[in-house]
Amino acid sequence: MEYLVDIALLLLLVTVAMAILRVRDLYAGAMLFAIYSLLSAGLFAALDAGDVALTEAAVGAGIATLLFLAVLTLANRRERPARGNNRLALGVVVATGACLIYAAGDLPDFGAPDNPVQVHVAPYYIENAYTDMGVPNMVAAVLASYRSIDTLGEAFVILTAGLAVVALLSVPPRRRRRAFSGPCRRTGERRMRENGILRVIARFVIPMIMLFGLYIQFHGEYSPGGGFQAGVVFAAGWILFALVYGLDAALKVIPERVQYVLACLGVLLYCFIGLLGVLLGGRFLDFYPLLESPHAAQQTGIVLVEFGVGVTVAACAMLFFTFFARRKREIEAVEAREDD
Amino acid sequence: MDWLGHINYWAVVILMMIGFYTVIARGNMVKKIMGLNLFQTSVFIMFISAGKIIGGSTPVLREGITVYSNPLPHVLILTAIVVGVATTAVGLALAVRIREAYGTIEDDELLDPMDQTPDHSRPGDHAGKGDGSA
Repeated sequence: MEYLVDIALLLLLVTVAMAILRVRDLYAGAMLFAIYSLLSAGLFAALDAGDVALTEAAVGAGIATLLFLAVLTLANRRERPARGNNRLALGVVVATGACLIYAAGDLPDFGAPDNPVQVHVAPYYIENAYTDMGVPNMVAAVLASYRSIDTLGEAFVILTAGLAVVALLSVPPRRRRRAFSGPCRRTGERRMRENGILRVIARFVIPMIMLFGLYIQFHGEYSPGGGFQAGVVFAAGWILFALVYGLDAALKVIPERVQYVLACLGVLLYCFIGLLGVLLGGRFLDFYPLLESPHAAQQTGIVLVEFGVGVTVAACAMLFFTFFARRKREIEAVEAREDD
Repeated sequence: MDWLGHINYWAVVILMMIGFYTVIARGNMVKKIMGLNLFQTSVFIMFISAGKIIGGSTPVLREGITVYSNPLPHVLILTAIVVGVATTAVGLALAVRIREAYGTIEDDELLDPMDQTPDHSRPGDHAGKGDGSA
């Protein structure tokens, strides 16, 4: 039965991936990409990775698809047809694939409990996570406590990516040739804002999304969830608001400057908790000195660290959307000025 | 059964090669980024498959469950997914800037910067216009 779901999802994934490769309309490609992410989230859930499934569903089907769509309003919707033939590329790909499939024959059988990967460090985590920290979700325990320096690095990578996007897109646009799309899209955007059903539904749904984001943020030690997922879900709620009510209204709720500050505050909170451990006589990111009871200390540390991650991730996701969405308007403003 | 024990890895290789082909054979930069994402997801599936134990359960401690799947790949991959979308955003921002500077995101049209003068597009080059109403 486990194999059946697994194989069905894998076949669907391969089919959708082929469709993404073949389709020339990039809007359709972005939508297929959302389907692909949702299917892989399903596969992760079937493979016992609840946390990963939650992340993939929120990130892949939510934020990544939105980013693709935002970029496609700035670039051509259709990909140019292929020139010549790609036999060489196909040859390289088939040869590489054949080598990898041959090499995959040496991998241990899927799902066997005595695989090398299962007997190394994992049994320690599974047996000791609860006695060490009193946290039932082992993924949260490993993420925020056993491997917290790794997670700090990931948070910094996300902040750096946010800064890179800001640096790339805060340069004012200059107009070169007739490259940008005409005014027809603007009506589309307005139509979306005037759609009554969308506005009413969004008004009901957005608080739910935000509440769900907060739930998985602060309940992440007991059930699948945590800072990464919560940040993305929370940002998705804000982005939905921006899509339905316009970017200006959304920036009134959380201004751009607040997004910058939050993105930095998140990782600073993380570092501060780490340094607090040092000041109280432990090592960097050691949570035991924080409080007297070891379980309470670990749980406090994990909750605060996850909160820092969540704040940074949410702020960076909102920054991505703010900059991509505003870029279009800036370009239109430049065009309008040049047309006059 | 041997083939059942390896079907996940084979599917991972196929997905990875579809992504690889998209990256090297397609000229459109947004499409290339989609290809990179396909490639990336295949690696995620590889890691999660390696951590799965048949008959195991999600690694959240509960009563009545004795076998849990490996939580370590889950941690590695869930952070990698979020980092992946962040790097995707950087790639897309680069594509936007390239589009603004050159009027195209098809890589072979970028090869000759001397042809990219603002007011004289090459004959037969329709990539930079008409997309708005398509």
